Amino acid sequence: MPTSRTELLAIRSSDDVVKARQQTRVLAAEAGLSLVDQTKIITAASELARNALDYAGGGVVQMQVLQKGGRWGVQLTFEDKGPGIPDIGAAMKDGFTTGAGLGLGLGGARRLSNEFSIESKLGIGTKVTIARWKV
Amino acid sequence: MDRIPILKLGDALLVTIQVDMHDRLATALEEDLTNKIVTLGAKGVLIDISALEIVDSFIGRMLDNIAAVSRILDADTVVVGMRPAVAITLVELGLSLSGVKTALNVERGMALIQRRLEPEDEDADEQD
Repeated sequence: MPTSRTELLAIRSSDDVVKARQQTRVLAAEAGLSLVDQTKIITAASELARNALDYAGGGVVQMQVLQKGGRWGVQLTFEDKGPGIPDIGAAMKDGFTTGAGLGLGLGGARRLSNEFSIESKLGIGTKVTIARWKV
Repeated sequence: MDRIPILKLGDALLVTIQVDMHDRLATALEEDLTNKIVTLGAKGVLIDISALEIVDSFIGRMLDNIAAVSRILDADTVVVGMRPAVAITLVELGLSLSGVKTALNVERGMALIQRRLEPEDEDADEQD
């Protein structure tokens, strides 16, 4: 049986994006997610970690194995102190980017997660929470 | 700095990606591959991603870039060995890798490149 636990990881460089993926993998396996579900949440984590790095100059991710409604899962909260997102609706659309990427990060992360929420305040920062639950 | 090895396999180049890619490694690989295509006159590039547990949009963009540059230099890029869970995830992510040819394994990828190299010979054989 998995146990609830929380990990905190700073995202300051490209290497930290790799670490975020590795740590998500460990927690997703602990939560008992299937291989496909593990792959989905790790990929979503990679997109959001890179977003924090590319658009906010870095941030922090809180990773949790937890139980909700009798199901185990992984919840990840990415927080940054970047410029914030002026139009979240536009930013969620595929292909929208203000950077050099493909513009799939936010929309893709939402599709790869069971739960997705985003809050952003201009000049203060952005917080994205995703979760994937064991089937 | 770390580099991903590039092997020559007949007329093609073989790259096996086994590590978690980060920016510098991806940029170095793009540059190294481009140089080798020109210096060795390679007609194809096989990228084996069977060791990769995920492909995110960053890696996807790298694969697309390599394919685009290779095409300009008259070389075909074939991505081989994608894991089933990675394929499922890529589609949901919204990445279709439309500019990249794919094959199930290195052998089939190599056959794909060979086919492009010998179309006239094959026609001749059929006419005989």
